Amino acid sequence: MIRIDAIQKQFGDLVVLRDVNLKIEKGEVVALIGPSGSGKSTLLRCLNVLVPPDAGRIEIGNTRMVFGESRLQLKPKELAEFRRHTGMVFQHFNLFPHMTVLQNVMEGPVTAKKMNKQQAQELAMEQLEKVGMSIKANDYPSSLSGGQKQRIAIARALAMEPQVILFDEATSALDPELVGEVLSVMKELAAEGMTMIVVTHEMSFAREVANRVVFMRDGVVVEDGPAKQVIDHPKDERTKAFLSHFHANEH
Amino acid sequence: MYQWNFSWLWDNYDFLFSGLMVTILLSAAVVVAGLILGTVNALGTISKHKFFRIISISMIEVSRCTPVLVALIWIYYALPILIGVEISALTASFIALTLYGASFYAEIIRGGIQGVDPGQYEAGEAIGLMHGDILRRIILPQAIRKMLPSLVNQSVINLKNTSLVSVLAIPDLLYQGKLIALETFRPLEVYTVVALFYFALLFPLTMLVRHLESRNSVKH
Repeated sequence: MIRIDAIQKQFGDLVVLRDVNLKIEKGEVVALIGPSGSGKSTLLRCLNVLVPPDAGRIEIGNTRMVFGESRLQLKPKELAEFRRHTGMVFQHFNLFPHMTVLQNVMEGPVTAKKMNKQQAQELAMEQLEKVGMSIKANDYPSSLSGGQKQRIAIARALAMEPQVILFDEATSALDPELVGEVLSVMKELAAEGMTMIVVTHEMSFAREVANRVVFMRDGVVVEDGPAKQVIDHPKDERTKAFLSHFHANEH
Repeated sequence: MYQWNFSWLWDNYDFLFSGLMVTILLSAAVVVAGLILGTVNALGTISKHKFFRIISISMIEVSRCTPVLVALIWIYYALPILIGVEISALTASFIALTLYGASFYAEIIRGGIQGVDPGQYEAGEAIGLMHGDILRRIILPQAIRKMLPSLVNQSVINLKNTSLVSVLAIPDLLYQGKLIALETFRPLEVYTVVALFYFALLFPLTMLVRHLESRNSVKH
């Protein structure tokens, strides 16, 4: 359902993605792991073109984007259209502070998809219900905890009815005691069959919830396989070296 | 000891009030037009297109780096010769003050927009909004809150700058005061009253700035 073909990205002289190829099926939960600077966050941002790749192809469902010299300028309208198929959850939540929780979740459906307000409100309330935040619908984000904010950010992504949700280190900015509530929302989504790509440092989450773990280093995919296998019995030396930090911490 | 004498005021206060009205109306026009031009230029300076950037930055820097009194006189006396169209004193004043005010507004607005966390823009992009919608619905509402105190402050300065138009014989508060002073031989009293009028006009505005600033500091 998602196809990433030969994606390359360079910032100045720094090559961040060399040649990344991935195929992800509907309903799969893929954990992207790797040391910082490995390109995993950039890959995620390429997927919804927050960062346009220099070359390659991305296919999500029936829509396809081709990057490279043949297409010098991406049309803003096409881009916006393309992004509506993906939901994105950011490390720092990025909720809109001047809008209520409900308005945050309604913004995409109403302004981007031109849904009528009544319908959008129902949809938004449904999503807030799902993440357990419907009682806070009329509050402003500034009065909420990090965990609550992130759950609302997830509801905001869900309200776009995306084909895939991308999580960019969604729990890294949270106090340890708030990580659990966000992870459990993510687990529920996974159980419902939502396709998810998760950049994470939470190995236990990756092991339990993800079907598949993709280990990246220096802009390439080094190892890709079933979650438990990659985490418990990595084949590649670089994966072993990276995971050894985490195993050491567990004991 | 100087003997203050304000008896002239009763015969001349209509005159003074008409000056006050000119000052208020001209200020209002300059503030509104300046804010519009300032917003356009602020967006120009952060545009992706080099062409817009060059135009906006040139406009801002030329008006910002010319004393407003010089601009006033130049637009009134020199510009008509260059373009072959006569410009009334009021039009010249309006243009000069607007350009000057707009250049400072533009910098305040640009700073306000760039002061909003870039993650806000990304979040807007991520839910499929177009550039214009992101600015209008996400960036500007947050930026305006932050820049409001500075905008009001700049408006205070713009209002004071209108007193310069008296050099072009526009009957504003200061000009009317000058005429009354010449007629009544009471410059000390007249200019004191003129100053008090300006103060009465501006003091509430500076109080508003203080209020807005304290509100912002509580929120953030």
